[in-house]
Amino acid sequence: MSQSVDTSQGIGRNREAYLSVTDLVVRFPSEDGIVHAVEGVSFSVQRGKTLAIVGESGSGKSVTAQAVMGLIDRRVASVSGEVWLDDEELVAMPDEELRALRGAKMAMIFQDPMSSLHPFYRIGAQLTEAALVHQKLSKSEARSLAIEMLRRVGIPAPSQRVDDYPHQLSGGMRQRVMIAMALINSPALLIADESTTALDVTVQAQILELISTLQAESDTAVILITHDLGIVADIADDVVVMYGGRLVEAAPTNRLYYAPQMPYTLGLLTSVPRMDRERVDRLDPIPGNPPSAVNLPAGCVFQPRCTYSDRVLDGACLTANPDLIAVEPDHYVRCHLPSDERRRIADGVLASLAGDPG
Amino acid sequence: MTSQPSEILRVTDLRTYFPVRSRGIIPRTIGQVMAVDGISFSLNAGATLGLVGESGCGKTTAGRTVLRLVRPTSGKIELDGQDITNLSTKELVPLRRKAQIIFQDPYNALNPRHTVGKIIEAPFLIQGVEPPGGVRRTVQELMERVGLNPEHYNRYPNEFSGGQRQRIGIARAVALKPRLIVCDEPVSALDVSIQAQILNLLKDLQDEFGVAYLFIAHDLAVVRQISERVAVMYLGHVMESAPRKIIYTGPLHPYTHSLLSAVPIPDPKRQKERSRILLEGDLPSPLNPPSGCVFNTRCFQAQERCRVEVPPLVEVAPGHEVACHFPVATPPAGGRVTPVQLGDAAAPEAAAPGA
Amino acid sequence: MFLLLFLLSLTVFFLFNLLPGDPARLTCGKACTPAIIEANRHRLGLDEPAPVQYVKFVTGIFVGRTFSPDSPKPIICNAPCLGYSFTRHESVMSLITRSAPVTFFLAIGAFIIWIIIGISAGIYAALRRGRWQDRVLMTISLIGYSLPSFFLGLLLVFFVIIKWQLLPFPSYVSPFENPVQFTQTMILPWMVLAALNAAFYVRLTRNQVLETLGDDYVRTARAKGLPERTVIVHHALRAGLTPIVTAAGLDLAYLLGGAIITENIFSLPGLGALAVNSITDSDLPLIAGITLLTASLIIFANLIVDLLYAVIDPRVRLA
Repeated sequence: MSQSVDTSQGIGRNREAYLSVTDLVVRFPSEDGIVHAVEGVSFSVQRGKTLAIVGESGSGKSVTAQAVMGLIDRRVASVSGEVWLDDEELVAMPDEELRALRGAKMAMIFQDPMSSLHPFYRIGAQLTEAALVHQKLSKSEARSLAIEMLRRVGIPAPSQRVDDYPHQLSGGMRQRVMIAMALINSPALLIADESTTALDVTVQAQILELISTLQAESDTAVILITHDLGIVADIADDVVVMYGGRLVEAAPTNRLYYAPQMPYTLGLLTSVPRMDRERVDRLDPIPGNPPSAVNLPAGCVFQPRCTYSDRVLDGACLTANPDLIAVEPDHYVRCHLPSDERRRIADGVLASLAGDPG
Repeated sequence: MTSQPSEILRVTDLRTYFPVRSRGIIPRTIGQVMAVDGISFSLNAGATLGLVGESGCGKTTAGRTVLRLVRPTSGKIELDGQDITNLSTKELVPLRRKAQIIFQDPYNALNPRHTVGKIIEAPFLIQGVEPPGGVRRTVQELMERVGLNPEHYNRYPNEFSGGQRQRIGIARAVALKPRLIVCDEPVSALDVSIQAQILNLLKDLQDEFGVAYLFIAHDLAVVRQISERVAVMYLGHVMESAPRKIIYTGPLHPYTHSLLSAVPIPDPKRQKERSRILLEGDLPSPLNPPSGCVFNTRCFQAQERCRVEVPPLVEVAPGHEVACHFPVATPPAGGRVTPVQLGDAAAPEAAAPGA
Repeated sequence: MFLLLFLLSLTVFFLFNLLPGDPARLTCGKACTPAIIEANRHRLGLDEPAPVQYVKFVTGIFVGRTFSPDSPKPIICNAPCLGYSFTRHESVMSLITRSAPVTFFLAIGAFIIWIIIGISAGIYAALRRGRWQDRVLMTISLIGYSLPSFFLGLLLVFFVIIKWQLLPFPSYVSPFENPVQFTQTMILPWMVLAALNAAFYVRLTRNQVLETLGDDYVRTARAKGLPERTVIVHHALRAGLTPIVTAAGLDLAYLLGGAIITENIFSLPGLGALAVNSITDSDLPLIAGITLLTASLIIFANLIVDLLYAVIDPRVRLA
């Protein structure tokens, strides 16, 4: 059982973790009002472990990652909280120092490899650029390093492909190049933001396998941002579920899938078509739509779509944002339902999911 | 072979090739993208055929060709018993009442300058249909039926969420009660919690109106949810076609096995215990597909014959067709599988990580 | 492209022939009699059928031409022969080569200034988008764009030269002869041309940078930890360069054909001045020659710009 999931509410950082985020808040001004993109999120990741951040559009998962990387323009948005990377705090750090860490100690890959690589430069040039900005290397050393990285990520004939342009490669190859570019400076933290969503499922399997292998080789901490619960089950050690900018549940993977506590998590697990369960004629969807980040509902952010909110006494779901409480040492839930009630609901719903696929 | 009376769609040896022209003063045709390269299938009235495959397999092109949104290069398309392969655009207009399409991207499929009401009204006006009670009443009923608030009749698409926009697209498609709807990745661009709502809606509409769906998607779990029959496509060919249960529990084609094993299932213990087939390499280019069986370059059991001879789609069991020289019921027991290298297929320069 | 040049030469030739006025008459001057006109007409080959004249005209461009070869005083016009100006008694080509350097220095100097100012200001405005610096720059560029060149030119002449006497009256001299005087002469015309054109590039660059700054590869560049300067210039600007290169290439080509108004105001003996004089003198061969030259310049510029696309954007290359 890992200690990857931390306490929150300003209790403090997890000193054993490589990355420890405490009470992260990110807000943007916009024409319609203040966008509450991230509202008080805390989590941590250790080296060699994988944390999955699960959420849908508007959940704030991408903004969280960008805030960690320092990619949020602080002249426009307000970022507060604490982000500890190894032994340095990032939120209060000046931009120039942060830039030195970005790409060197922490790296990020994005969703669409087609548009994430510059169309006019050869991939070798883009790779060496990433290396030269952080490492003292000669041009030829950087080029050898680039070729070596291409080989490590499984690109055939790397010394020839290094001079190709991005449009000459397929989607899967491009994503491998992105991974090579992210790992060229051997960062201890890798963030993958929906990095396989745009890929075919067979290519996705290859890329996930690649990330796992490289993680094992270098003891990298990996944060995987996704909405796909299958991927999470495949390679994540711990999971954090976000909704409406808030963290609503956090647990090690097994606990999340077999003993979820928050109705949203339950809804996600049961509403998607599942190949490992017997087919039902009608799915059981979560009613309603994801919330707008500008007008967050008062009280619990999930309440408008929650089928169990009427079981909470004195309508607390409508008025008060629930606190994040620990139901187990590393399992946190943000929900007003009494814990035995939650467990009963969860057990009932999971049991109703029929057994073997038919 | 002609259409059966209960068939709403029959496609025979359909091919859609796109010419590739060289740039320069005088463009010449230097190649062809064989997007759809000889597929045949049929769809019964009121049923759902799922067309599944990865990018470049030709499923989207097939869907559009069937509706004559794209010109077929050869083959035959029969809609409700009528051969529509070579009809002119004008002749096709009345057939648009029978066959419609729902698009993938809810943000691009609706004209941002038209109100919702105008969008859903359009089919009535174009086809000159006057429903009882008037167009506006009917449109509002439709909006309600698909889960939209009829009072939003005069709103513009940008005031709706992705899921709601897709509902507008669905309302527009079912307005004239067509007999066939081609659903081109209708839930891929939607949030996971909304997908289930839309899938339920599609199922309900099918039960109510008896419309048949040609459901095109890359998500195997979604296809399984809504289809009675499933056809698996690869590089423009149908590799396997069978009733849903058989495709998912008893497939015979190596590609189907690979595809199924690549989909991660949301169950950590089971996922880790699964035997996985990991395909090497990327999809070959549709400009230059492999000879013989198009899958032979990545197949874990390819043999010499596969490189030379194109396997025909044959019925190996009632309703179950496979295009493979060596169909296999039980795939190898997982781990990385390197495809059998045949002939002049170049070996990769370095060993892949973890091999 | 060759098709274009062919059509161009045809057009120029027909314009030359269709213009009012009898070319032979114009060669004459005051003491003119019909006999002299006829003799001249024959000497210049103007009595030959039009297609023959055209062929001689076109071949003359490549191999030179001799007018009235069988008369005692043949006029030899060496290749490339764009025509012979009878009023000035010189071949068009030599007239042009005398005026071209002036226009060349004027155009290139102004071009360098306006590209540097335009692109830097454009980038700056994009980075300060929506704020006062952006608005000020856009307003200034709108004014610059709308100002007629003669207005700005005359304004500068009045204040800088006449009133404040900061600079002497412009008098052109080759930069190799007297660099100081050259600079003093050119500085105001450069500023006029630069002011007008920079405005366009400020807006264009701003729009291009704003557009590309939102693209994914820029986000990747930042995630790599690249300095902001590198991100903006090497990633964002570079990606949006194509329309800027197009505009720059065509603008420069146009100017190389002669900035008529500016040359006039500052009394620069360039191609623009030559063109104006040729019109007032009705010197048809010269008009035709200059037209042919400047139009060809634009066509060549188009070709070069097309080739530059392939250099900038590798996706265009492999077709």
